[in-house]
Amino acid sequence: MSTRYFGKPLKRNEDPRLLRGEALFVDDVNLPGMLHAAFLRSDYAHGKLISIDVEAARKREGVLAVYTAEDLGDYWQPGPLLVPPPPIENLVFNQKTQVPLAKEKVKHVGETIAMVVATSRYIAEDAVGDIYAEIEPLDAVVDLETALEKEAPRIHDELDSNLSAHVTQTKGEYDAIRSKADVLIKRRFVYDHGIAAAMENRGIVANWERKNQHLKVWDTTQAPIPIRNGLAAMLGLSESQVQVIAPFVGGGFGPKIMMFYPEEVLIPWASKQLDQPVKWIEDRQENFFATTHERSQIHDAEIALTKDGKILGVHDIFLHDAGAYAPYGLTVPINSQCTLLGPYDVPHYFSEFKAVFTNKTIVTPYRGAGRQHGVFVMERLLDFAAKELGMDVVEIRRKNYLKPEQFPHDHKIIYQDFMPLVYDSGNYAPALDRALEMIEYENFRKKEQPRLRKEGKRIGLGIVSYVEGTGIGPYEGARVKVDASGKINVATGVGTQGQGHFTVFAQVVAEQLGVEIKDINVVTGDTGEFHWGIGTFASRGAVVAGNAIHAAARNVRKKALKHASAHLEVPEETLEISGGKVFVKSNPQKSVSLGELAQISNPLRGAVKPGTEPGLEATDYFGPERGATASGVHAMILEVDPETMLVKIKKYVVVHDCGKVINPMILEGQIQGGVAQGIGNAFYEQLNYDESGQLTNASFMDYLLPTANDVPNIETDHVVTPSPLNPLGVKGAGEAGAIPVGPLFAQAIEDALVEHNLEILEIPLSPNLLFEMIGAA
Amino acid sequence: MKPAPFKYFVPESRDEALELLCEHGFDAKILAGGQSLVPTMNFRLAQPEVVIDINRIQALSYLRKKDGFLQIGALSRHAELERNADIAESAPLLSATMPHIAHPQIRNRGTIGGSLVHADPAAELPAIMLALDAKFKLQSKEQTRVVNAQDFFIDLFMTALEPEELLVEIELPEQTNGLGYAFEEVARRHGDFALAGAAAIINQDADSKCSSARIVLINVGNRPVQATSAEKLLIGEKKSDELIQAAAEAAIQDIDPPSDMHASSEFRRHLTKVLVQKVLNKAFKR
Repeated sequence: MSTRYFGKPLKRNEDPRLLRGEALFVDDVNLPGMLHAAFLRSDYAHGKLISIDVEAARKREGVLAVYTAEDLGDYWQPGPLLVPPPPIENLVFNQKTQVPLAKEKVKHVGETIAMVVATSRYIAEDAVGDIYAEIEPLDAVVDLETALEKEAPRIHDELDSNLSAHVTQTKGEYDAIRSKADVLIKRRFVYDHGIAAAMENRGIVANWERKNQHLKVWDTTQAPIPIRNGLAAMLGLSESQVQVIAPFVGGGFGPKIMMFYPEEVLIPWASKQLDQPVKWIEDRQENFFATTHERSQIHDAEIALTKDGKILGVHDIFLHDAGAYAPYGLTVPINSQCTLLGPYDVPHYFSEFKAVFTNKTIVTPYRGAGRQHGVFVMERLLDFAAKELGMDVVEIRRKNYLKPEQFPHDHKIIYQDFMPLVYDSGNYAPALDRALEMIEYENFRKKEQPRLRKEGKRIGLGIVSYVEGTGIGPYEGARVKVDASGKINVATGVGTQGQGHFTVFAQVVAEQLGVEIKDINVVTGDTGEFHWGIGTFASRGAVVAGNAIHAAARNVRKKALKHASAHLEVPEETLEISGGKVFVKSNPQKSVSLGELAQISNPLRGAVKPGTEPGLEATDYFGPERGATASGVHAMILEVDPETMLVKIKKYVVVHDCGKVINPMILEGQIQGGVAQGIGNAFYEQLNYDESGQLTNASFMDYLLPTANDVPNIETDHVVTPSPLNPLGVKGAGEAGAIPVGPLFAQAIEDALVEHNLEILEIPLSPNLLFEMIGAA
Repeated sequence: MKPAPFKYFVPESRDEALELLCEHGFDAKILAGGQSLVPTMNFRLAQPEVVIDINRIQALSYLRKKDGFLQIGALSRHAELERNADIAESAPLLSATMPHIAHPQIRNRGTIGGSLVHADPAAELPAIMLALDAKFKLQSKEQTRVVNAQDFFIDLFMTALEPEELLVEIELPEQTNGLGYAFEEVARRHGDFALAGAAAIINQDADSKCSSARIVLINVGNRPVQATSAEKLLIGEKKSDELIQAAAEAAIQDIDPPSDMHASSEFRRHLTKVLVQKVLNKAFKR
């Protein structure tokens, strides 16, 4: 079948609504009698909660209720463990999940202590100021390395130490191969990540309708179905009594996943207690403390190579900052552990990590989800090895790429989806060649760079590779239905946060049903519309929901052809679907519209044959056997001002392979946005904690997001290696742009400042840090 | 992120505003452009009992030339200063500095009076006022007094302004033709408060020798810092790389910059040296 919609750079269906301000966000939900909540949060990173006096707050005019942990009764429960540890031998996992309101102890700054519900947010915040919480400060656990010492203060009194998890995965025999190596490169790396800083903060509106015995919740979640299921269980309601809607959401990036944040659990409960709708909208300051982060890992890593630059093995031991609780299990450090291997053939691998509880905000996946950390370590090791061996940074990578004939490739360790880390497909050299061509590598190295250096310019080039495990299971589902008007409705359970789902999902359907995408209405993230599924995360929307929609649309197509065949009295094989009609190929005048077929299939009188399903509708599901592995190459030319240490990106190139592309324009947008966040991570953003566990830069004045001035135009191109694991042949692309930017900056800056012979071992960088490094070099 | 409760007054005239200040003085904050006050109130770092909104007092917003001076009403917006032809002609250093202040949206609201009274040592305008020998007219219900820029900035966020006083006017001597000037700063991102910054004004005699010099530094102390030893070195000298180098060295001997998460004291010192060289190279004609 020739492609009419799939693969085309069609303009986004959702943009007119978004650009005109006609899209519903949680804060747009305003209901009669709606109350507003605000939270008292801990000012201390670690402390004993001696007492809480809420009397003055309760007496304030306009305050309806003030709740502490004690007031929650049996509703007070630690949150669910969202991702259990994968089945890895000898794995240690000490389960600790967040609590709705602190009891006995506070464990990070911003932890919720009390909730106020009042007639306005102003009054609620005033009443928060009336509450007196007596807290005896305890020494805070901030530093990763000392956190596991015997004398370190203990965050969870029930545990023997601050160890959250201890995991070792091995492949082959690193120790044995080490002795055979010609070259060993060993370094210590520190990679810190930051906050997602979505444009829209979190928000929840809950409305318990007592006479209807029904709870409706609008939530900025990426995963409304798990939230619906969890809330129903916690509140003792049936799942059909709870509807969770994730309307338009201004960016997710991971932290808005099914977290069961304290506010997410408490607002619906409060609405039920008070029989009134309750709203809470997170402010930017709360977002810094109360929405999950991603933070640092410290890696002690070694690579063993032959003298011609072939990797024999990698040995890596690292510490991972989990924060005060670890409700999202081991996803982030397992991603680091697995993604470190990248596109390379690494016969021997030893990787051990300890996840550590600290008195800081919880760490869960943020775009990249730990992959950055691993990619940084591997790419840097290769750079240092290339230098040691006198090899070109490009050639050492090319030499170690897995070859097309090595796929599927089993790395023989366990990935975040509990399945063996097996790459489904890949072809890495063409992407590298294309990136070299786009960045004009030869010309730059031989002509441009020498010429500019002569002029006194500090100009450098970076080029790095990475893979991204995407599109993991377990499954998603979708319903596709043709209306009597001929328009098509698609419903799926995943939430949407700006990815273009209303367009790409419509393209998948249009391909089967031959209608314009503007006539396809996509509904995502409303449990009232579709109530099976998981959510949007791990670059899985297009892969998992996309293939479920594809399957449902194919079934609708089959039904349409069957009904049309009966109606037009011709065999199905003679029919074609296009322009909203089914027609006879040899005689296009003989046709019936999809709308008419929808009516015919839903008769209001008369009898139907036994077994007939009404409507031109189908529901289907898709669950991949395991994730699909995307890959790519980023290359960049940048200039460093040697006096100010400010950098300017002169050219940025991404060549990406996510299998078949549904909409290249939307994919390009995904990559642009990802690179912007990657640049923030590499050179601007850092959560600055002091030794008492205070986050000292919790505002956009001091937490530096890159602006439009700091992000260049990014040139993109694609290589297409379809995934054999799903009918559409697609792989995920959500995180690709963000993953390899740290090592890319490091390599390019070292090249630009070649006379200083720097070794960059940490991310984020900053002008100040470069100044210090040069001073020390 | 809502402010604590406060009483809100919107005087229509300067007298009304001064009356309110006399009454509420210590408990009151003046709301002009609101670019610093409103965020600090929303963070509840500032919880004034009374807010006096002077935005309707048209009489505080003007720009005029008088007797060799530029007189600027304290409520003049940054954007107005940036686009004003008289300022471009008679105080070109001020014009050249304006685009460095934050972002256009902020410059549309922010006022010169608000920025000066806030007295952030990282801000551009206090330093420029020092460079230009500005005089500030401070008015209360009882009296009007004039304070030199040198005496106005006392410490971090502290000025000579008394609680019942309002900054009403800034007066700048018109710069004569032929003065050399320059402003440079280093910020992490365009529009951020600078890590360091420098302004210079150089006057040269007929023999090209420096007859007067003014160098003011940003974000290297608790208030804008005048680099007096560097200035002294320049007097009577002709432009040379060695002279500028020596002046830059002298400038950083005078300062003890703060360290924060964005820049160490040492890095600020380094940047200051680089910036002093840059502004002197530009401000010296030949």
